[in-house]
Amino acid sequence: MTVDPTDSTDPNDSTASTDQREPPRWLDAFENVRKVYQWLWAVCLLLLVGGEGLLRWAHHRSQQAGDTHHAFAFESWPGFYALFGFIGSVGLVLAAKELRKLLMRAEDYYGD
Amino acid sequence: MGIEQLPPGWLLILGALLIPLLRGRMKAIWLLAVPAAGLVHLVFFVPDGSGMVASMFEYDLVLVRVDSLARVWGTIFHIAAFIAALYALHLKDDVQQVAAFLYAGAAIGAVFAGDWITLFVYWELTAITSVWLVWASGTERAIRAGVRYLIVQVGSGVLLLAGVILHVRQTGSLEFTNLGGVNDAASLLIFVAMGIKAAFPFLHNWLGDAYPEATVTGTVWLSTFTTKLAIYGLARAFPGEALLIPIGAAMTAFPIFFAVIENDLRRVLAYSTNNQLGFMVVGIGIGTAASINGTAAHAFADILFKSLLFMSMGAVLFRTGTCKASELGGLYKSMPWTCAFCIIGAASISAFPLTSGFVSKSIILTEVSNAHFAVVWLLLLFASAGVFHHSGIKIPYFAFFAHDSGIRVKEAPLNMLIAMGIAAAMCIGIGVFPGPLYALLPNQPETYVPYTLPHVVTQLQLLLWAALAFSVLNWYRIYPPELRSTNLDFDWVYRRAGPAVVSACGRLITSVQHAAVTVAQDGLVWAIERVHRHHGPQGLLARTSPTGSLALWVAILLGAVLVLYFT
Repeated sequence: MTVDPTDSTDPNDSTASTDQREPPRWLDAFENVRKVYQWLWAVCLLLLVGGEGLLRWAHHRSQQAGDTHHAFAFESWPGFYALFGFIGSVGLVLAAKELRKLLMRAEDYYGD
Repeated sequence: MGIEQLPPGWLLILGALLIPLLRGRMKAIWLLAVPAAGLVHLVFFVPDGSGMVASMFEYDLVLVRVDSLARVWGTIFHIAAFIAALYALHLKDDVQQVAAFLYAGAAIGAVFAGDWITLFVYWELTAITSVWLVWASGTERAIRAGVRYLIVQVGSGVLLLAGVILHVRQTGSLEFTNLGGVNDAASLLIFVAMGIKAAFPFLHNWLGDAYPEATVTGTVWLSTFTTKLAIYGLARAFPGEALLIPIGAAMTAFPIFFAVIENDLRRVLAYSTNNQLGFMVVGIGIGTAASINGTAAHAFADILFKSLLFMSMGAVLFRTGTCKASELGGLYKSMPWTCAFCIIGAASISAFPLTSGFVSKSIILTEVSNAHFAVVWLLLLFASAGVFHHSGIKIPYFAFFAHDSGIRVKEAPLNMLIAMGIAAAMCIGIGVFPGPLYALLPNQPETYVPYTLPHVVTQLQLLLWAALAFSVLNWYRIYPPELRSTNLDFDWVYRRAGPAVVSACGRLITSVQHAAVTVAQDGLVWAIERVHRHHGPQGLLARTSPTGSLALWVAILLGAVLVLYFT
């Protein structure tokens, strides 16, 4: 659905703010979207490796200070949080996708 | 009566009555001044302790009871009312403005209620005032959703009253205080009444049903008060009730599956409300001083970021006329400010470092971990990744980015932008300087330190890898596309199955009645035939003898008597 720029909820206050020949945006180019995607991979990998190093260092220091460590053993598995976040999210989406087969109905299913 | 004796909330209730009389600039000033004055009144004038005791029969009603727990909710309710009033300042609809102020005033009054009867009155008042914010949409759909909402909300009040009556009969005490767990019929009724408003599993559908149907501004009001009032009630009456831990864990986890496939972005936010309430419920269930603090802090933070998210989606709906992900996309080009505020709200609900969610939700998670509930902790962690997925990424991505829908509109009106700006500033302010929020919490001293190296690193790992999962699924086109649809939820039970069962029962009753009538008619026909056989024209018993034969027989009898007499 496209909305006519002159047609909106409040007729007094809704003219298009940009003219028809708007300048292209940085994100409009597919190469740039690819760049964002690749950067995210880079940041995530760095966070996994570097973060693991930082965590070991902090853990070591708190042990020296006589601090108790993780409440759960699995928290200290390497990359636990990152992999949990990744696998949990993929699982969530795939399960929700399957759920759709069971639950999805037409928009006017309830008749109103 | 001095100003310090005025119960909190009454400024808004009394202020609401003047709204229809004011016009133009005066009205705008009034709409902002009343919640601001209410906040100043609460913070600087209302003393701790109980006040305004009224006698009813042999019971004392404590209309005002001020303590540290109530102050958290009272403070954030006033702030939220101010922000929502600013957001709705352009509105030329007295019904909505008055209803919203009465609703906010009733919710604040309920927080400061010292006894169950006063709580009940405010409890029902929030129901009957807030429904107007749904009905004000004016569509057939909204009116039906509003009726369902009202039935559920008033029903919650009826259960509350029933529980209170039983409780008072058993204990003789009206004080609204810790019930010591769900251990009898009275406490169970009160628990369920609060569970309805807190949207426990299977009692949650009114939320996703009504909130997305309310007006652009109405949903912002709704998102703040009803559910958080219920959280307050649970924190007051059921701290440490172990049942709340599995209930809360279920609340965090199951709505996120629905949120992923939901198309209406305001309904996605309703599901994420449900998810955030789950964290608070778990905090109450753990019941330690620190976990109650965590619940209070998270309620405070959630009201701000949830209002912010509903405001940003409201602005999108206001300008484009739709809030469906399948129709939107590319709006960052024409609504950059709204987009930026939405991202701040999204980051806060996802608990990114330097936002409010990071310093509030983690208190609850830490307490779960200290109590060694491994499964619950993993569920909450999963739900934390999940909420980032559907609220943190999905909401801003499908509204403002994704494919360009070609929609070009004006940026949101100035009053909406300022309201969103204030909420966004508070989300970041609390995230960066959690001190003032921690100082407000009920159990002092609050010593939690959110910014430790492991906490920041692990949280970033969790969230960014969840973001990576979204990106990978999107990149390879595995992510389910946004589709115009209705997804069945538990409300199917009373919107489809219930009516179907009722009409099936109706048909059953009709056919039983039909059969009964047939049997009765057949029996009657059989009986009539029998009677007809014996008494009908040909019947033995129906033969008529002429009158003359009777006279003959009388004469014979008389003759016989005569003969006997003379012999």
